[in-house]
This record gives sequence, structure tokens and C-alpha cells, in this order.
Amino acid sequence: MSPVYKFSTAGSFATSRTLYKSALAGNAVFVPNYTVGAYDSIATSTISSTTATVTFSSIPATYKHLQLRMSTRTDFASATPIDVYLEINGDTSYTGYRNRRLKGDGSSATSSSSASYDIHKITPAASSTASAFSGIVVDLLDYANTNKNKTVRYLGGADLNGSGNIVFGSILWPFTTAVTQIKLSADGSFVAGSKIALYGIKGD
Amino acid sequence: MAAGNTYEAIATNTTTALAASVTFSSIPGTYTDLVLVCEGIGTGDAYPYIQFNGDTGTNYSSTQIYGDGATATTSRRTNDSKIDAVIWRTTGRNNIIANVMNYSNSTTFKTFLMHGNNSSQYVQTTAGLWRNTAAITSLTVFAQYVNFAVGCNFSLYGIKAA
Repeated sequence: MSPVYKFSTAGSFATSRTLYKSALAGNAVFVPNYTVGAYDSIATSTISSTTATVTFSSIPATYKHLQLRMSTRTDFASATPIDVYLEINGDTSYTGYRNRRLKGDGSSATSSSSASYDIHKITPAASSTASAFSGIVVDLLDYANTNKNKTVRYLGGADLNGSGNIVFGSILWPFTTAVTQIKLSADGSFVAGSKIALYGIKGD
Repeated sequence: MAAGNTYEAIATNTTTALAASVTFSSIPGTYTDLVLVCEGIGTGDAYPYIQFNGDTGTNYSSTQIYGDGATATTSRRTNDSKIDAVIWRTTGRNNIIANVMNYSNSTTFKTFLMHGNNSSQYVQTTAGLWRNTAAITSLTVFAQYVNFAVGCNFSLYGIKAA
């Protein structure tokens, strides 16, 4: 880091200056008054070639909530939207998660449940309308708290001009462990043009 | 490593006169996603809709699910010229929150998620598609049939990626 200089009350910049660390001696530290952001980008995966999984690891515990924002498409052989899997801390157990969702497909509004970690029927696949990608927003609430089970909620969908789904749901991960890793995957691989971003939301 | 604050206000428009539409133009391509937040009321029942980049062609489609307090219903619009939001009733305030995903890339169609409700009839969520690979540089919200009343708030936010 370059030294920071303090102007003297006399003389020019070139001749009268003091290293900032020296200027602090005997004086109170100045804390600048600036606005601290409350919604931070933690990491983003911009997919430029087929990618089977995207993992965010070593997630810092310094936020109150996490938000995932995804635009995805896979190369799995399907015309209708398929699941995206959201795996917490490497837990692939199908007995731990509790999943409830409400889905509309243009003709039927249905609710369903499972003991799984799928974001339900939400991402376009190989035979879906070309160039169409999902939109998915996932919130992981109070993810670093070690006294609560973890709740995930999501809203997402993919309209394909004649087919597609709109879905919102909730996933319970019934463990009090802090969430430090999130892994996203799907049947097949995410294709180029997909983007998955993780954000941290601060709180008191 | 976090990249600092990444959720920024791009522009806000609070109507000071009756308005048939509100446009956000010259939207910078420096964000990953856009978030549009609208709150207000019409001079009569409004049927707000959204168009991108001034495109009035039949390049839009959407899938909705909505509830009226008694029944959950889903519907679909194909080859439409706009994306419809929830109806704005005059019996109270109404709102729309829309996420436009990956809006500035020039290789994919644009998908957005829209949630809205009015005070007396519906809550509605929509997945929409604009079949155009162009980056979105303008966005217009139309009141349709009536005007937006004075005091309606329209805000556009940008979310950056690391």
C-alpha cells in the first residue's frame, strides 16, 4: 500500500508532508463517516462452458442472510423445466430436508412436497425453447445461527412461450449447524450463459 | 472475498402528475440483475404492463399463478406484446416487485420474475420471457386504460456481481 501523507499547515506538498502513521501519534483515530453496504456480492459463477456443479464454500458467517440469484439452463434431455439441486454443507440425505412448493404451469396450480433439496421444475433443459434461461431467487435465512434449523425459500420460474413453470417453495434443513457451503447442480450440466451469484445481506 | 455494496439505486420516479407510463431509459449495463419496485394506484382500475427497449412486437410470454383468497389459479400468455402485472384496484395501494435476470448479456433471452398484489383481490407471481438477446437498456411500465395517480413510486435498482 502506498504511504498516505498529511499536508502540513505550512509549506508545499513537495516539501512539507508527514507519513500518516506518524501524524496519528498522540491523536485520536479519525473514523470516516461513510455508508457501509448492506447487500454484498460474495461470489459469482459465470458459466462459459458446460459445468456439472457450482459450489460456494467457506461462506463467511458475517452476514445475517444469504441470497442466491440464478439464471440457468442445463443440457439434460428434456423439453420441460427440470429441478435444480441445492445441497447444504454436503448433506445429500433425502431424509433430512423438508420441501414444500406451489407451482403453476399455465393450466394447473398444484402443491407438492418431498424430503429432498430440489428447487422444483424450474430450469430449462436441452429441448426447451432455445436461449431461454431460468430466473431463480433463493433466500437462506439466518444461515450462520447455530441455534436454529435452517429455512430456505425460493421463487423462480422459466416461461418458454407455450410451456414452463412458475414456482415458489420452502426447504427446511433441520440442522443447527451454520451453513458454510452451498452446492448447486442439476440433471445434466449447466450450459454456457448460466450465471449463479451468492450475496450476503447484513443485519444487526 | 465480498466485493462491497452491490445493490444500488439507479433511478426513482415519483409521479407528480397523472402519468400513462413511466420509463427508465439509458439503463447502464454494469449490473447483473435489475429489480423494479412499483407502488401506487391508478385513476381507475389499472392493468399495468411492462415492455423492454420499446419492443411492441409479439415477443413476450408469461406464466402466472395467482390467488384471490379462495382459489389458486394459473394462466399463460404466449406471443404477447407485453408482460402483464397484477391488476391495480382503486380500493387501496398496489405493488409490483420484478427481478430482471442477467439483463445486460447479449446472448440469451431475458427472463424475469414478477410478484405483485393489490389490496382487494389478487396476489400474483409471474415468470416471463422476452425473446430477444439484446441487452435491456430501457424499461417502461404502462398503466393501461387509465393513468397512474400522483404519488406513485417507481424505483429501479441494479445488483452487481463479484
